[in-house]
Amino acid sequence: MKSLKTLVIAAALSLGAMGAGHAQAPAAAPAAAPAATTTATPPAAADAAATSDAAAAAGDAAYVPMKPVAGVGQPIDAGIDFQPQVSPVGEQAYWFNHTLLLPVITAISLLVLGLLLWVIFRYRAAANPVPSKTTHNTFIEVIWTAIPVLILAVIAVPSIRLLAQQYEPPSKDALTIKVTGYQWYWGYAYPDQGIGEYVSKMLTEEQAKAAGEPYHLAVDNRMVVPVGQQVKLIITGADVIHSFAVPALWTKMDAVPGRANETTFTVNKPGVYYGQCSELCGVDHAYMPIAVEAVPMEQWKAWVRSKGGNPDPQAAEPAAAAAAPAGPVPAVSTTAPAQTPATAPGATPAASPATTN
Amino acid sequence: MTDIAATAPVHGHDHAHDDHDHKPGFFVRWFMSTNHKDIGTLYLIFAIIAGIVGGVLSGMMRLELAEPGIQYLHGWAQFFDAAAGDTQAKHFWNVMITAHGLIMIFFMVMPAMIGGFGNWFVPLMIGAPDMAFPRMNNISYWLTTVAFVMLVASMFYPGGSGLGAGTGWTLYAPLSTTGSVGPAVDMAIFSVHLAGAASILGAINFITTIFNMRAPGMTLHKMPLFVWSVLVTAFLLLLSLPVLAAAITMLLTDRNFGTTFYDATGGGDPVLYQHLFWFFGHPEVYIMILPGFGIVSQVISTFSRKPVFGYLGMAYAMVAIGVVGFIVWAHHMFTVGMSVNLKMYFTAATMVIAVPTGIKIFSWIATMWGGSLSFKTPMVWSLGFIFMFTVGGVTGVVLANGGVDTNLHDTYYVVAHFHYVLSLGAVFSLFAGFYYWFPKMSGRMYSELLGQLHFWVFFVGVNVMFFPQHFLGQQGMPRRYPDYPEAFAYWHHISSIGYVIMAVGMLFFFVNLVYSLFAGKKAVDNPWGEGATTLEWTLSSPPPFHQFNELPRIA
Repeated sequence: MKSLKTLVIAAALSLGAMGAGHAQAPAAAPAAAPAATTTATPPAAADAAATSDAAAAAGDAAYVPMKPVAGVGQPIDAGIDFQPQVSPVGEQAYWFNHTLLLPVITAISLLVLGLLLWVIFRYRAAANPVPSKTTHNTFIEVIWTAIPVLILAVIAVPSIRLLAQQYEPPSKDALTIKVTGYQWYWGYAYPDQGIGEYVSKMLTEEQAKAAGEPYHLAVDNRMVVPVGQQVKLIITGADVIHSFAVPALWTKMDAVPGRANETTFTVNKPGVYYGQCSELCGVDHAYMPIAVEAVPMEQWKAWVRSKGGNPDPQAAEPAAAAAAPAGPVPAVSTTAPAQTPATAPGATPAASPATTN
Repeated sequence: MTDIAATAPVHGHDHAHDDHDHKPGFFVRWFMSTNHKDIGTLYLIFAIIAGIVGGVLSGMMRLELAEPGIQYLHGWAQFFDAAAGDTQAKHFWNVMITAHGLIMIFFMVMPAMIGGFGNWFVPLMIGAPDMAFPRMNNISYWLTTVAFVMLVASMFYPGGSGLGAGTGWTLYAPLSTTGSVGPAVDMAIFSVHLAGAASILGAINFITTIFNMRAPGMTLHKMPLFVWSVLVTAFLLLLSLPVLAAAITMLLTDRNFGTTFYDATGGGDPVLYQHLFWFFGHPEVYIMILPGFGIVSQVISTFSRKPVFGYLGMAYAMVAIGVVGFIVWAHHMFTVGMSVNLKMYFTAATMVIAVPTGIKIFSWIATMWGGSLSFKTPMVWSLGFIFMFTVGGVTGVVLANGGVDTNLHDTYYVVAHFHYVLSLGAVFSLFAGFYYWFPKMSGRMYSELLGQLHFWVFFVGVNVMFFPQHFLGQQGMPRRYPDYPEAFAYWHHISSIGYVIMAVGMLFFFVNLVYSLFAGKKAVDNPWGEGATTLEWTLSSPPPFHQFNELPRIA
């Protein structure tokens, strides 16, 4: 673990920056008071919020790491198929592979095998002592050129469509997570929620057994995402190239130093989905797994708060400003003048969770 | 073409040739060789030795992977460095995957196909007395040898976390630059440089020979398909290897002279290296398989007693594969973060390659159609090649789809795919060629029984080894892992059993090799009968030290 202190500082900084950026957040503003209970909030605001809202503190305790389900989000013993897909793109890709690609390639292989067996049987020297002299047949040559072209055209259409869907630009309200590959662990940060980078390392065999998770896949700190919400990953590498891969989400994107690669996924079902680094990155390449935990939105918010973040970034800013009227943040109130008078400390504590992205 | 024998010079035959050959002494003959057949023999011996080293490495890897957990790496690492600990052990794994890849590609398949069979049979098949540049041919061989020694030696020098270069055969930056300190990676890069220089020299030699030294009457469109395949291969080598040389030279300067071609902090880009590497790397795939196509065409035609069906289509399909092979490289890079339009292009372009490949597969079958087939050892290897290459080819079509490759990239599915086209494709064609030409090269027949046993046991072994790797890949098992979650254990275990079966098959090969060389029946000029129509069968077995002193004329 990097020192907790740096995390807190990073979180505080990003929260502040984010607050400035989202100052014009519209109607959600009054509802944001509970979210202010974070370790990242400036002391004055934190005190005020803590006294004003005990419910949020209770929410912190609600996050418990989910237990993985056998056969979901991880390989199964002697399994031969893809892992069950839990994202729309994954479902489409799986459909494409199983309805089109697999039957076509199986048919082609069997056709070639059948033809081979037939010529082996029919044209063996004993059965056909005098070979024919045929060396050309333009018609059949055209046929076996044209038919593969048609088959490939049929494959290409859904293939291109799949790519288009896979790399559709993310929607505005996608949850952004910054992923950094290190030798040999992953770092995750949620800039909009004010969660500074935390690291995710593989559990030892004993720890994994104790946690009831598969060794080589289990990690100490998972990436936690809300179910049904589009997630946008910004991926980079800190030292050498790594690759962020989660088979059950049909997601793989290289973490290249000096580049910020973007990829998206949406998880349909709650669960723990494991992956492993997929670009050779040195000695412990095989020991930096990935675990994505998808939870319902409420639990995700609880997790965000447990991490010291703010699950409702748009709403947070005016609330923070209001929570610390006497605090040393005068500039903030000027950025959201319309809301300031309406949001007295603790005025509307219960309304928060309704405003989601 | 069989009537050529009538016009061939008399002293090129049998008992007479000893008096006319003027073979130099042992050292001059084998260490300063300028004879294409001797150099071809040297290449084949070299490839067999390199193949043993690469094959032992893969056996060690399959042994380690047979069970989850790390069982053997520590012991092996301590063999090189008594003080090796956990880090050095895991580093040794990366050294093994790197060495296995580089050895099998640069020092086994390429030397055997191009250096071995190319040198031996291109001049014979086009009716030339030798290669155009015999001395260049020699330096090409010895550069390859030095390159191999350099690579093996790199395993004994520091390469970052332990001894040896642990970067993967692709030598991706920044793992191969800032990620690996020590001389091992420099040595591996030099090794590839030397092997590449050797191949460029060889390519120049083949192109010159084929364009300028064909016997009178042998037009390009009368050349045997094996010669066509070597010609296309030589062009691929000539055009792609300089790009590799540039790419790895920049690796060297990044490592040693402070440049930042592949370092983002200095304005460079690691992905640049991958583009340059795969601009070479994809044609390289065809460099390894095209001569195999040529060999299989000769063998199928011979043992069907029928000319190749659709000769021109076959020749130009190879040309098409070569051309298209240059514009599909980034399908190796679908996950590096390219724009989606680029992925769509590379998806479509890659699938196009299936068309000329399909033409070849169907033409081979059509060659046999109506033929009179005898199933000698070279023929069964070729039949195995056609089917196994088809299986490897169709999984290539799956991987060509950028959207599907997202899941399969860098998994065992890819490992299975390229071993089907190489270990079961290129290697099958190598064995087909070896058995086909063994009587010509050695003057002795191989044992048919041992050859058939070799094929069947090897065939079962490699399929047991590699087919389950498709399953592992679909389940998500990444490449280049020394250790894995329990759930992958079953198929890994089966795969390792496949290795053992394959290794038993190889025993038959080596026994056959030794037995046939020393006790095989004397081979006649043309042991394969009327189906063998190319010029090498008009010569004695083995051919005279210098052949075609008087050029044959092709009607």
